[in-house]
Amino acid sequence: MAEYYLELKGVSKSFPGVKALDNVSLSVRPGTVHALMGENGAGKSTLMKCLFGIYKMDAGEVYINGQKVTINNPDEAMKMGIAMVHQELQPVLPRSVAENMYLGRFPTRNYGPLKVIDHKKMYEDTTRWLKEVGMDFDPKAPLSTLSIGQMQSIEIAKAVSHEAKVIIFDEPTSSLSEKEVDVLFRIMNDLRSRGVAMIYISHKMDEIKKISDDITIMRDGTYVGTWPAAEMTTDQIIARMVGRELTNVYPDHPCKPGEVILECRNVSSIHEKSFQDCSFKVKKGEIVGFGGLVGAQRTELMEAIFGMRGIKSGEVIINGQKVETKNPRRAMNAGEGLITEDRRGNGILGCLSIKDNVGISVYDKNLKAGFVLDHGKIGQIVSDSIDKLRIKTPNAQEAIANLSGGNQQKVIIARWLANDPDVLIMDEPTRGIDVGAKHEIYEIMVQLQQQGKAIIMISSEMAELLGMSDRIYVMCNGHIRGEITEPKDMTQEKVMHYATMF
Amino acid sequence: MNKKAFNFKDFMINYGVILIIVILVIFTGIKSPKFLSSSNLLNLLLNMSARLVIALGIAGCVITAGCDLSAGRIIGLGGCLAGILLQKADYANRFIEGGQPMNIFLAAIIVMLVCACFGAVTGSFIAFLSVPPFISTLAMMEIVYGLNLLVTNATPLGGYVKAYTDLASGRFLMIPYLVWIAIFIGVVSWFIFNMTRHGKYMYAIGANPQAAEVAGVPVKLTMVMIYAKAAAFYGLAGFMLGAKSGGASVNLGLGYEMEAIAACTIGGVSVTGGRGKVSSAVIGVAVFEFLKAALQFLGVNANAQWIALGVIIYIAISLDIRKYVAKK
Repeated sequence: MAEYYLELKGVSKSFPGVKALDNVSLSVRPGTVHALMGENGAGKSTLMKCLFGIYKMDAGEVYINGQKVTINNPDEAMKMGIAMVHQELQPVLPRSVAENMYLGRFPTRNYGPLKVIDHKKMYEDTTRWLKEVGMDFDPKAPLSTLSIGQMQSIEIAKAVSHEAKVIIFDEPTSSLSEKEVDVLFRIMNDLRSRGVAMIYISHKMDEIKKISDDITIMRDGTYVGTWPAAEMTTDQIIARMVGRELTNVYPDHPCKPGEVILECRNVSSIHEKSFQDCSFKVKKGEIVGFGGLVGAQRTELMEAIFGMRGIKSGEVIINGQKVETKNPRRAMNAGEGLITEDRRGNGILGCLSIKDNVGISVYDKNLKAGFVLDHGKIGQIVSDSIDKLRIKTPNAQEAIANLSGGNQQKVIIARWLANDPDVLIMDEPTRGIDVGAKHEIYEIMVQLQQQGKAIIMISSEMAELLGMSDRIYVMCNGHIRGEITEPKDMTQEKVMHYATMF
Repeated sequence: MNKKAFNFKDFMINYGVILIIVILVIFTGIKSPKFLSSSNLLNLLLNMSARLVIALGIAGCVITAGCDLSAGRIIGLGGCLAGILLQKADYANRFIEGGQPMNIFLAAIIVMLVCACFGAVTGSFIAFLSVPPFISTLAMMEIVYGLNLLVTNATPLGGYVKAYTDLASGRFLMIPYLVWIAIFIGVVSWFIFNMTRHGKYMYAIGANPQAAEVAGVPVKLTMVMIYAKAAAFYGLAGFMLGAKSGGASVNLGLGYEMEAIAACTIGGVSVTGGRGKVSSAVIGVAVFEFLKAALQFLGVNANAQWIALGVIIYIAISLDIRKYVAKK
């Protein structure tokens, strides 16, 4: 047997405009847990998707047990003994445990040309495989009756039933309780003793130290290095994850904070796993950054403050007044604006014109006789914002869906500026936007800040977070773990330190 | 050369169905000149009037990516209610013995308000309890039918006052009153769709309900209003149909909801939501009525006409989807 069961060599992958992976290598020994680490967007998931045949790599080679192979799709990957336990499970909830295990490969009995599903065999096999991973569920139980941790062990049982020799765990513990994590680790230890090679993606340092044998670190789509886990301290890992040069491409934004405009006191979600007990303040003329890893519940917190999600307890105070954030309309009337992270999903009104997309927030303020829309005034507001934000479009009647991502984002910004909010929340304001438009959006943000507006910016891009924020809150696992106020303290290490305080 | 071919394709996608109908109308006109006579055209307009009012109501539901199956039964209720209110005082089989007929304007308004209440209930289930429009309006369809049966005892109504039936026969500037009512509702709808917040919110919800909510649109209230307004229109359509036929029964308007949805789609109200104008409903209803009349004039087997209608719906919806979805 080769020293490494699985080897990836020189893997590169580009998406339009981005080099997601650049000459990345990964070598996994049999019977070990190999941690793959890196910040948001370092390319871990992309690398795994390339291995699994979901993406086609531009360059690079894959060796299994010393043999060069090509993997074109997940089906081939599974046939070669590679299985993946996904970050977000995609089970068929109303169907049974056994059906989920055997989806797409149901055991059948043949009656001539007629194929009938062999339920008896399916249930028996399911029970047997579940026993293999030390689990004991009723194979007929609907999946929806199980906890997420239990569903995950079914995914693992599925991998084992494929007789997988390589199992990829993509942030498997992100939604597990401590007890469930223990169960997972017991299963992993068992698989290790059977010689299975495992790749483990996680941000949780203590878990990495506990379970893994080797650590490979990636940064910005490149391979940083591989080390034995026992020789690395948490600080060393963080230093290697963030150790990039920051170039200053961000406009100057001297900050003269005014009075507090938005204050949140001990805001908790109605969901236990979401944000809890979050308190923070935002002042006029400030850009407040919210840092953290993906899944830190930053978006959820902001959407709750904007009335899109339920708040169980805590207070939201704007301009000294307690606000009932029951729905976005109320939040809007209280002086908030929110540019959501998912532009396509809940930002743009795709088939409508730029005029309709901007105008939607100001109809209440531009009425004649109390109920007739003042199209003259609205048109003026829209054409002013097209000029001011330099939105590239033939005219205001163009459907927003026909614009580039950057221009769509500017239209959404224009929508909120037209309504003149006191606090503008921008969730990943430059996601999916080309470099030129990015810079324009930064300039718009600085202009607003200089005019005395308060801006909250969620950003998963470390450079952007450090470059644009006047003050930073860092969240982890639904809690605000730290506040960075001094410019000299705004370092990648500090942010990562708070962001991994699980 | 290539560019020209492309333009032709675009033209066909946008106006294909209308083109087919125009050709059919010209062809029918040549084969049977009576088809384009003023009396026949007026008759066509009369047929279109109530259907346009229904289509304008249902257009709001379709623009928000919904539908309304209860339309037909609410038309029936509206027609019967109008009949009850407008029977002659001395009619032998009077529904309410010894009563007096109501003023027709007042009756029309009462009919619309009562129907609007049913629409508001349908809309509330859709908005507040997230019941899919298909199911919510299906349920209301059954409820309204049952209520109508109970109220009228399944007996047809007749013996209307002259002022009511005059709506169909009387004319102003050569054009029947019923057509004027339809034109009035068309203007009102245009105003609501284009000049009020409600109209803009309706398009926003149709384009992307999540984004509309984030943009501060009162999504739930708007949905309730859309279905209430639609039902008021159906009620008015029932009132109009009653005037036209001089009587009403519980089965008045049966199946009209399907015709109206089809007409909207043919005219360009997109079933995927967010798109559609008042002119779309007008064009759709016209296409439908002209097609039916032309086939009749050409002597096509009456039963086979249904097949033609179905084929047109297939073509129209396939082209409509092509317009928006295939581009991505």
